[in-house]
Amino acid sequence: MRASRPRPWRSQRPRRPAPGTPAPARGTSLTLRFVALGYLAVLLLVPVGLVFWRTFEHGVAPVWDSVTTPAAIHAFWLTVEVAAIAVPLNAIFGVVAALALVRGRFPGKWLLDALVDLPFAISPVVVGLALLLVFGRSGWLSDLPVQVIFAVPGIVLATVFVSLPFVAREVAPVLREVGDEQEQAAATLGASRWQAFWRVTLPSIRWGLAYGVVLATARALGEFGAVSVVSGKIAGQTETLTLLVEKRFENFDLAGAYAASTLLALIALATLLAMTALRRRAE
Amino acid sequence: MSARAVALPRAGRRLSAPSGSLGLGVTTLWLSVIVLLPLAALVARSFDGGADAFADAVTSRQAVAALRFTLLVSLAVAAINAAMGTLVAWVLVRDRFPGRRAVNALIDLPFALPTIVAGLTLMALYGPKSPIGIDVAFTKLAVGLALLFVTLPFVVRAVQPVLIELDREMEEAAASLGASPRLIFARIILPNLLPAILSGAALAFARAVGEFGSVVLISGNIPFNTQVASVFVYKQIESDNPIGAAAVSVVLLVLSLVVLVAIRGVERWGSRHAR
Repeated sequence: MRASRPRPWRSQRPRRPAPGTPAPARGTSLTLRFVALGYLAVLLLVPVGLVFWRTFEHGVAPVWDSVTTPAAIHAFWLTVEVAAIAVPLNAIFGVVAALALVRGRFPGKWLLDALVDLPFAISPVVVGLALLLVFGRSGWLSDLPVQVIFAVPGIVLATVFVSLPFVAREVAPVLREVGDEQEQAAATLGASRWQAFWRVTLPSIRWGLAYGVVLATARALGEFGAVSVVSGKIAGQTETLTLLVEKRFENFDLAGAYAASTLLALIALATLLAMTALRRRAE
Repeated sequence: MSARAVALPRAGRRLSAPSGSLGLGVTTLWLSVIVLLPLAALVARSFDGGADAFADAVTSRQAVAALRFTLLVSLAVAAINAAMGTLVAWVLVRDRFPGRRAVNALIDLPFALPTIVAGLTLMALYGPKSPIGIDVAFTKLAVGLALLFVTLPFVVRAVQPVLIELDREMEEAAASLGASPRLIFARIILPNLLPAILSGAALAFARAVGEFGSVVLISGNIPFNTQVASVFVYKQIESDNPIGAAAVSVVLLVLSLVVLVAIRGVERWGSRHAR
């Protein structure tokens, strides 16, 4: 994911269809295409398509009913609320962290760099458990005035944890690419650091930032493992959309689970479209 | 932003932008509160019952079986990803066919789709009510399928940019010297792609080891058979044994760290060998 953006400065040379290119036999090329597309179809397209089909098997009305129950509406808004808190926090952190990691020189930089990646590599269940051991009944900070575990703050903390690296990881390579000459120019022309940041730095990283925000939002809306440990799954209070999907499935309400899944899948689809559009912009 | 070469003293400058030591402080503080504090609690609390209790929790037969299965299935998934991901990246970069852009966008679907939805999706196709008559739910194969689904983008997205930038002239030169396509692939293309393939596969491995949402439904959580480590930890938490859960979690945490270090090693090795 990190390496997903082609680096434009290297592809200046026009890519011509070289006459001498060893064209693999037509048959080989077709076989490769067939195998690759078949793999994608079996693994991705058919299952996701099937869920859409199963959802709307009996028409739109039952689906609408099942995503507009009070529990479902509450779950939807809770999910949106949590993402609306977690993503801006991580966006600000991500830009600050990327600036520190790319422009800063300090001892232990490699360690900080590695730590930013850590949430990517940790199992979501482990994240939830770790929060439980800090804020839970017998946790280190169990005496806080606000209830964290089995309440919204815990869900927010878990979501912030798992979506932490996205913005930093997308912004850092862009910062490295643009360099700091323009900021220095702004400084020589008398711009304050804030002015340089708002007028020069931020515009130059905006597509990377937007891409990171889209990824973080998708993760925040779809987080399941960490949230399911800390939320307590109280219907109408701490139940997010993904938890609702699981509960309905476990309660043999397959149609309801499919309906809620489709809602989440539509959000994912919007995410994909945004990613594609932004990637094209960035190029 | 820190070591500013040209820094004119100006009135506005006192308002420090997110830069220099302030930025470093904010980053460190945020990471400490959000990431390090919980992980420190996890490690410290896993020894609440003493080292013996830790060892017992980690070496219980069920924990060992779950960890072993998790490792084996994740290795298999990483290996399949290395092969299929490279193939998919190859087809997306070097082949031309209608709908290529759509397929390219589709690759990111597993990143965008919530894992529980991915699990439900696979359950719909390969579960008891499968419309194609393939019921593999609650088997090891099903766990593998779920993990293949969620880890699909890693190798593809790691290999793709390298393949795009790969200098074709090397291949042309080899071809003009009479090398067969197979030889060109083995001697020129593969060595160039190897760092990307390895780091993509390592990311996929790390993700597979910790994956929860997509496997929790379809694995059936059968101890000594389809129970993976993350689901084992979850069940331990549910049965009010957080300390035992923490011990197994620490093993997973160490595994994540090892993989992260390995990825950095591979990336450094790759950038040293590139060009």
